[in-house]
Amino acid sequence: MNGDTRTSIRLVNCAKTFANGTRALERCSLEVAGGETMVFLGPSGCGKTTLLRVIAGLESPDSGGSVYFDDEDVTEMPIEQRNVGMVFQSYALFPNMNVEDNIAYGLKVHGVAPEKRAKRVDEMLQMMQIAELRERRITQLSGGQRQRVALARAIAVRPRVLLLDEPLTALDALLRERLRVEIDVLLHSLGITAAYVTHDQGEAMAIGDRVAVMNKGVIVQTGSPREIYYKPAHSFVADFIGTMNRVSGTLRDGALELPGGRIQWGQEGSGATQALFRPNDARIVPEAEAALRGVVEQQFFLGDRTRLHVSGVADGIVVVETTEHREFRVGEAIGLRVEGAALLRLRD
Amino acid sequence: MRRSGYFYAQLAFTLLVCAFLIVPVFMSIIAGLTENFFIGVKSGLTLRWIGVVWDLYAPTILRSMYIALATLAVTSFVGVPTAYVLAKRPGLVTRLIEEFLVLPVAIPGLAIALALIITYGGFRDFRTSWLFILVGHVLYTLPFMVRSVLAVLSSFDFLVLEESAASLGAGFWRRFFGIVIPNARSGIIAGALTVVTLSIGEFNLTWMLHTPETMTLPVGLADSYASMRLEIGSAYTLVFFVMITPLLIALQRYGMQRTKTRKAA
Repeated sequence: MNGDTRTSIRLVNCAKTFANGTRALERCSLEVAGGETMVFLGPSGCGKTTLLRVIAGLESPDSGGSVYFDDEDVTEMPIEQRNVGMVFQSYALFPNMNVEDNIAYGLKVHGVAPEKRAKRVDEMLQMMQIAELRERRITQLSGGQRQRVALARAIAVRPRVLLLDEPLTALDALLRERLRVEIDVLLHSLGITAAYVTHDQGEAMAIGDRVAVMNKGVIVQTGSPREIYYKPAHSFVADFIGTMNRVSGTLRDGALELPGGRIQWGQEGSGATQALFRPNDARIVPEAEAALRGVVEQQFFLGDRTRLHVSGVADGIVVVETTEHREFRVGEAIGLRVEGAALLRLRD
Repeated sequence: MRRSGYFYAQLAFTLLVCAFLIVPVFMSIIAGLTENFFIGVKSGLTLRWIGVVWDLYAPTILRSMYIALATLAVTSFVGVPTAYVLAKRPGLVTRLIEEFLVLPVAIPGLAIALALIITYGGFRDFRTSWLFILVGHVLYTLPFMVRSVLAVLSSFDFLVLEESAASLGAGFWRRFFGIVIPNARSGIIAGALTVVTLSIGEFNLTWMLHTPETMTLPVGLADSYASMRLEIGSAYTLVFFVMITPLLIALQRYGMQRTKTRKAA
């Protein structure tokens, strides 16, 4: 049990084809640095859970693939010897044991002496703020409580790496938000290497030191949440994460010409081209200063901001978000500014 | 509350059906406890016939008990792992195995017994030992154990429980005995009660398979009805009731508890 040293995870040429021929994971290599939280993000069926199970040792990679914890090759090692902590979407708590015994299970298996075991269980109960649940049966716990017990059980054995498979998906929105923050704090205070699978981009952005976006068994892009959000390298990433405006125009003299105006871009070349920008990268400005002009078609008040659907800027609707407090009128003419630096050009 | 005439007609009919079923049981018990059934209860009540039954048939009663326990041991030992494998690898092959396992329930006991005798009758020591009957009972009761455990294993995701136990360092046997078996307990107990009940009462197969040295309670019962006074047969039935009723009650209560906890969960 060497949870205090920060173990890195390295996948080399890992692919997974199931017995029925389904290719769940295309060949990929990646490294999760020691102490880092890497989030695997993608729609269901994108291979993210398979990837996690390969790391865990619940699936073995197709031949030619290897899994390393630090410099140790664990490819052939079954999960029970890898010393990984795992948190499942369904929590997978043992219904035949109470909370305390669930948390103590891994310690017992590892042959930790009873006094040390009791001490560690106490520590875990304190850390997860569930001391009062000690004697409870699993069936008497709420979803959030189960999640805490599952985390406590996984961490109790001081695993080399912590693997979380959609740990918050089964919870309601409010609780999810709260636990998301708690897990983030927990992972970083433990300094443990973590691989976290989710389909929720908000969760990925909040928790990940880095995010690996996956689609159809392929890791499409890896980067910090900001890189993924502002510099998507691939149209799938751009469309999957947040809202992205996609406009078609003509590139001439370093500017992008759109039906609603011109944006100074500083790009080489000329001719028809596509550009993308985030709704919050379009600022509403007085018409005199505006580079682009459009007409409000719909407005949605979201509390902290207002989302507008604007026509006339490009073919189709452009989504704009503003923190202005005023109400907009449908049919109102507005001026917009989009900085050239916020425009993205993508390969498909 | 006013009830319609229809309600009372239904009640009367239900009571009539109950009486139809219960009165013979009651008559049989009385017959086993009266001095002379043809004279009636006025001839006096006695436990004499039970004593006679014990003198004549004690070995069959004991034999039925240990065959039932041995059947339980074998069906648990074979049935629980079988159910586990069937639940773990659902597919065409496992479906076929499951169907094969259930076949003995559908085939008449006499036919199974005949097949056993034709195939293994030549092994004299085996043919004349109680183990021959045990084989028949296991064939007949195994599907009940497998089905019962399989039903429980299918009711929760035991695979992910095993995976989480494995992630915590538990090897196969530790997972099997520490996680799978305890969580399948309700199915195993229900299956066990069914197996014991069926084995103790089994007649069809056993009647063909037994020898005078390996007679069981139900076969002895048939024997006593055929060749003894009615009072002895009835007293024998009484003994059978006393053995089987607690099992049936336990089975019933346990089944009810299980549906309750299932609903609560």
